[in-house]
Amino acid sequence: MSKVCIIGATSAIAQETAKLYAGRKDSLFIVGRDDARLTAIAEDLKIRGAASVNQYALDLTDISRHEDMIDTAWSTLSGIDIVLIAHGVLGQQDVCEKDYSEAARVFDANFASAASLLTILANRFEVQKSGTIAVISSVAGDRGRKSNYIYGASKAAKSTFLDGLRGRLQKSGVQVLTIKPGFVDTPMTKEFKKGLLWAKPEGIAGGIVKAIDKKKDIAYLPFFWYWIMFIIRHIPEKIFKKLSI
Amino acid sequence: MYYSWGRYPKVSQKSSPIFWRGDSIPIIKGVSLIPHGLGRSYGDICLNDGNYIIPTRALNHFIDFNPENGRLTCEAGVSLAEIIALAVPHGWFLPVTPGTKFVTVGGAIANDVHGKNHHIAGTFGNHVLDFELLRSNGERFNCSLESNPDLFKAAIGGMGLTGLITKASIQLIPIQNNLIQTETIKFKNLDAFFELSATYGKKYAYTVAWIDSMASGKSLGRGHFIAGKHAGEEFGNNLQAPPEKAIPVPIDFPEFVLNNLSIKAFNLLYYNKQLKKRSSGSTDFNTFFYPLDSIMDWNKVYGKRGMLQYQCLVPYEDREVIRSILKTISDSGQGSFLAVMKIMGDIPSPGMISFSGPGITLALDFPVTKKVFSLFLTLDKIVRAAGGRLYSAKDACMSADDFKAYYPAWKEFEKYIDPKFSSSFWRRVTGEVKS
Repeated sequence: MSKVCIIGATSAIAQETAKLYAGRKDSLFIVGRDDARLTAIAEDLKIRGAASVNQYALDLTDISRHEDMIDTAWSTLSGIDIVLIAHGVLGQQDVCEKDYSEAARVFDANFASAASLLTILANRFEVQKSGTIAVISSVAGDRGRKSNYIYGASKAAKSTFLDGLRGRLQKSGVQVLTIKPGFVDTPMTKEFKKGLLWAKPEGIAGGIVKAIDKKKDIAYLPFFWYWIMFIIRHIPEKIFKKLSI
Repeated sequence: MYYSWGRYPKVSQKSSPIFWRGDSIPIIKGVSLIPHGLGRSYGDICLNDGNYIIPTRALNHFIDFNPENGRLTCEAGVSLAEIIALAVPHGWFLPVTPGTKFVTVGGAIANDVHGKNHHIAGTFGNHVLDFELLRSNGERFNCSLESNPDLFKAAIGGMGLTGLITKASIQLIPIQNNLIQTETIKFKNLDAFFELSATYGKKYAYTVAWIDSMASGKSLGRGHFIAGKHAGEEFGNNLQAPPEKAIPVPIDFPEFVLNNLSIKAFNLLYYNKQLKKRSSGSTDFNTFFYPLDSIMDWNKVYGKRGMLQYQCLVPYEDREVIRSILKTISDSGQGSFLAVMKIMGDIPSPGMISFSGPGITLALDFPVTKKVFSLFLTLDKIVRAAGGRLYSAKDACMSADDFKAYYPAWKEFEKYIDPKFSSSFWRRVTGEVKS
């Protein structure tokens, strides 16, 4: 039985991941902004088999409360085996281009808040000398594209942070997993027209749990995004800058 | 992205999903809405051409489950497959299940689905204790036979038109293990089917017959009669969910694959697969209830043109009615890959314009071809003259005139429709658009 903390628990991918851990009869601590939604999720996870579910409501951009939240999670679960950081926003690229405050909101939600959580968590995991820190980043962070480079930059910063953290925690036996989903059909992407490349959150959740079980470092989900991004990363900049993607 | 199971008709619509049961209806100005769960109804009942659908699958949280008394409360986007996965290990099963477990609870209520146990258990709606109905103006109604009974009766079989069902409570039935005790009897003609239904309907909770729709003359209506019941303690107490083997159909089959010759060959082989007249045994519930769920997207076998299902209910007192329906199909030379027939019982559904009722129901699948439409017109005449009706959840063709004759309560029902809700189906069968 594992002790699992899920931050950003109301996101579709996080919910599906939590269900899989509940099915394994694990103990869960879920964190998100909306208390009523957390309650709905907690009820569901208990019925699906979770040994226990506790919840903590906070706006994750309020970094002054991170210490208290992690403290509470740590003591409620008496240590954490797996933490999944899943919160984030898409932002509006066109607004970001005109108004830095919108871009700052994206950086805060996607990067700064995660960096704050990771700083606190890393120090605790380093002492514990075991466990998994899994963070949802994005394939969008692999290369800046003109259609969403603000979101992409926030995810690139996150992925880079995690690369470094992985190196630091390697000797402590702590797994640091960067999850890079492609297109996923969730509330965040409800405005998009969906096509062949789109995945369901259930499928992504299965991939996350498997990557954690297998102690992976980086997981592209679904796997074919590894190859798509491999190609995208290798297009010469001279050509890439002219592409409408 | 969102189709109905028959993938016919083709429509152009957008979606406005709901994500939490506490949210209000995601209204879009100037257009109508219809809830869309897993899209397993066949025709246009879950479609809204030129307008919006409300995908409901995000409402998939369990709310309460009591393993002592088998009472379950969940959000309406929860699938029957999820309920089975939860309840079976605790010794509970769905009180009524259609032939696929990939439908949502909201869809099961809105189409008032029935199963092989209709003759003893009625419809899904007979086992719904209560539900919450959310209207586009933000009002929420707790509906049951005691509380807002009119809305309760309108929404059961109400095709999603009466508002969005957000959550529901249902009463599950106890089981001893994951097995179904079965008996399969090969029968030679329609009269034999009636005799078997009468005898086995008393001993078995589940009965259905597969019909060779290509057989004619003295063999008209021949097939296999399948009876089953939840196995007792003598079959052990294994409550594990049986393994799921899902074979994908990755592409649309070319349309020549399913033609009259291949359908005839399949029917002949299937009829003769069991050489003995009678065979009995036990099988896991997935194999018994959901044989087609093991082939994901089996509708793609019909190719891009899509498929049509014809499901009618006609009185059984006069055997000539069903005989003439079967003869018309057989004479047309248009075989059905899957044809099933069942005697339905007389337990009344709470639904105001529900399909089910006493009689004999026949369901057939056809690839969409020009000839099928004229066959349907001929069948419609027989069904209507006999005082029968068609199942809206399966339909893509019936005329407004026929619908109003089949469901005289439609006018009364119309009063309960949410002013912001409509569907391609509803506009078609009320004559707002030409079919």
